[in-house]
Amino acid sequence: MIVPAAYNLRNLMKRRVTTILTVGGMALVVFVFASILMLADGLEKTLVETGSYDNVVVIRKGSTSEVISGIERTQSAIVEMLPQIAVGTDGQKMVAKEVVVLIALPKVSTGKVSNVTVRGISHQSFPLRPQIKLSQGRLPKMGSMEIAVGRSVARGFQGVGLNETVTWGMRSWRVVGIFDAGSTGFSSEIWADVDQVMQAFRRPVYSSVLFKLRDSGDFPNAKSILENDPRLTLEAKRETRYYLDQSEMMAKFLRILGLSLTILFSLGAMIGAMNTMYSAVANRTNEIGTLRALGYQRRGILLAFLTESLILGATGGIIGIFFASFMQFITISTVNFQTFSELAFSFILSIEIVAEAIAFALIMGFIGGIMPAIRASRMNIVDALRA
Amino acid sequence: MVVLKILIRNAFRNKLRTTLTIFGVAIAILSFGLLRTVVSAWYAGVDASSATRLITRNAISIIFPLPLSYKDKIRQVEGVKTVSWGNWFGAYYIEEKNFFANFCVEPVSYLELYPEFVLRLDARRAFLNDRKGCIAGRKLAEKFKWKVGDNIPLKGTIYPGTWNFVLRGTYKGRDKTIDETQFFFHWDYLNETLKKTAPGRADQVGFYIIGVSRPDLAADVSTSVDRMFQNSYAETLTETEKAFNLGFVAMTEAILTVIQVVSLVIIIIIMAVVANTMAMTTRERIGDYAIMKTLGFGGREISILILGESLVITLTGCIIGILLTFPVARIFSQELAIIFPVFNISSETLYLDLSAAVVVAFAAALIPTRRAIRIRIAEGLRRVG
Repeated sequence: MIVPAAYNLRNLMKRRVTTILTVGGMALVVFVFASILMLADGLEKTLVETGSYDNVVVIRKGSTSEVISGIERTQSAIVEMLPQIAVGTDGQKMVAKEVVVLIALPKVSTGKVSNVTVRGISHQSFPLRPQIKLSQGRLPKMGSMEIAVGRSVARGFQGVGLNETVTWGMRSWRVVGIFDAGSTGFSSEIWADVDQVMQAFRRPVYSSVLFKLRDSGDFPNAKSILENDPRLTLEAKRETRYYLDQSEMMAKFLRILGLSLTILFSLGAMIGAMNTMYSAVANRTNEIGTLRALGYQRRGILLAFLTESLILGATGGIIGIFFASFMQFITISTVNFQTFSELAFSFILSIEIVAEAIAFALIMGFIGGIMPAIRASRMNIVDALRA
Repeated sequence: MVVLKILIRNAFRNKLRTTLTIFGVAIAILSFGLLRTVVSAWYAGVDASSATRLITRNAISIIFPLPLSYKDKIRQVEGVKTVSWGNWFGAYYIEEKNFFANFCVEPVSYLELYPEFVLRLDARRAFLNDRKGCIAGRKLAEKFKWKVGDNIPLKGTIYPGTWNFVLRGTYKGRDKTIDETQFFFHWDYLNETLKKTAPGRADQVGFYIIGVSRPDLAADVSTSVDRMFQNSYAETLTETEKAFNLGFVAMTEAILTVIQVVSLVIIIIIMAVVANTMAMTTRERIGDYAIMKTLGFGGREISILILGESLVITLTGCIIGILLTFPVARIFSQELAIIFPVFNISSETLYLDLSAAVVVAFAAALIPTRRAIRIRIAEGLRRVG
């Protein structure tokens, strides 16, 4: 015989303060657990989506990011001759020689400066990244002092709104467009003509060469040609791989921090649940005796108390997820330690995270409830009734 | 004394529950203390900075260099005592994950500006006399088991190739707040090599460090330096070392905020757990309170009993948590010496631990106390379980 679930619900309602506190504690733990998973997912999604699988980034050997890479003009010309490079609809080779520098701009929120990536772009830079859409204004004209800024930069930094003028390298640059690159890292960049950027910053070398493969499987060939050419000291990476490498440290940091925190937190919440359930068992000794006398089996009692604890866990989980889902409206913008430049990413709630969080809450409920439930089921009928 | 005895007796009436709750509080205090220490480790560089040092860098951003020729112009500014310069080298040892801070600096002036890096005299002489020589912090040398005289090859990321150095000495921090994981070598070694391999990149300096004779001159000196290079190809930004280091902290502010919010959340969670325990204890003992009221005890005595019991639980947990923080922090600082070179538990953290415990005790006792005081004697006596 199974003890009706209504019995459990009524009991939880009876001890309202205790129930609310236990559920509240669990909800907070689930909230933190889910938020941190959402953050790590958001970061990863941002960097994975930033690259395209068929694009190849070429940087100087040994350099970890574009900012510290340098490619001489003669070397970049050799890269351009690769037979594996795709040809675009306009008949041009899909290859872009780019320069990447960092400039310091003040943030809207704090007024403090942070590093923003400025990318000097070639004609093919936009076609090579189809995920980028112009949302306001127009594209900068090649050869002019015009810039386009990513959405996150336009929103997060001062003085880079549409038609505003920024001064760097003794020149004034006018913002003529704002582009939306979705949740990719390009939203945290400023784009301008490569030759103008190189002049203004007195950087005579490119930072990277980006090209699209004619055929996705050609990557190993292209890579070995580039890396075995004695004239070149370059290395090639698929664009997806390149951006994943950039976020490795940060994602690892977030995951380790998140994991160790949730483990500690969940200990607290499980203790809360265990206390609640032990007290429920102790207070209801008489009732347990009565139930047993009515013919409910030991297994039924065990199940009843376990169910009660699982209800606590599930409620906590649902409330935690409910509040965590609001975190999706928040965008975190911080400097990535590896590239030393600003990167904006947001919390992303996926079905997997919901499932993981609910499972986590149920596990907390189970661990908190199993020992008290066993104690309840082991009670002797006569002793329990006499208590 | 008697009251304390009663409080402890009361608290341990239900041993299992109280032990579990104390355990929970201890864990919460432990993690709160660790998170606070992580936050203060983040600010370690800021706290260790000197008021008489200024940092000059390219105004566009830190990645752009300044010409070497600026050094003589800066020296002419009134109030400037010493000028040193250096570059962030950004190399790693064998593997990329063995990352640590490495700089090339002008050694004589640099060591003069940073008296907190304590170097033995013979080591200092050996370092200055060897252009390929380098010095490393004590913790760094221990981590890679370097001995004085060892050849250390570093792989460059900003400056390509493998660079060989000879370890001439290890420095110690003057006190516990000094970073002992840095690595320094001669700026000339980099520059002379660049002159041969990449002449375009030679004679460029990543940052200047200016020693001013008095701290109150810092503001004047930084304005005069920046004004001197205004409208040039390489405009400068000069700020105190503290402001410079704060700039770095500000860049990762978002992460710092997350850690701070999380450390508050953990206090709220533990508050819920303790409040739950207190609610359960008082519910079980509502009859006792009714009897006390019958005997003539007032609301004050009852609230002292409940609050005191709550304090006994949280403070015991807090003390255990604090005691645990020290060994755990030691493990942390050994494992993460490179990420957090300075990882000390500050006395401020301990006070915060204690005040958190007291706040939790009060908040947890609030509702149960109100209920115990308000209950009518007859109702309290009638109630079962």
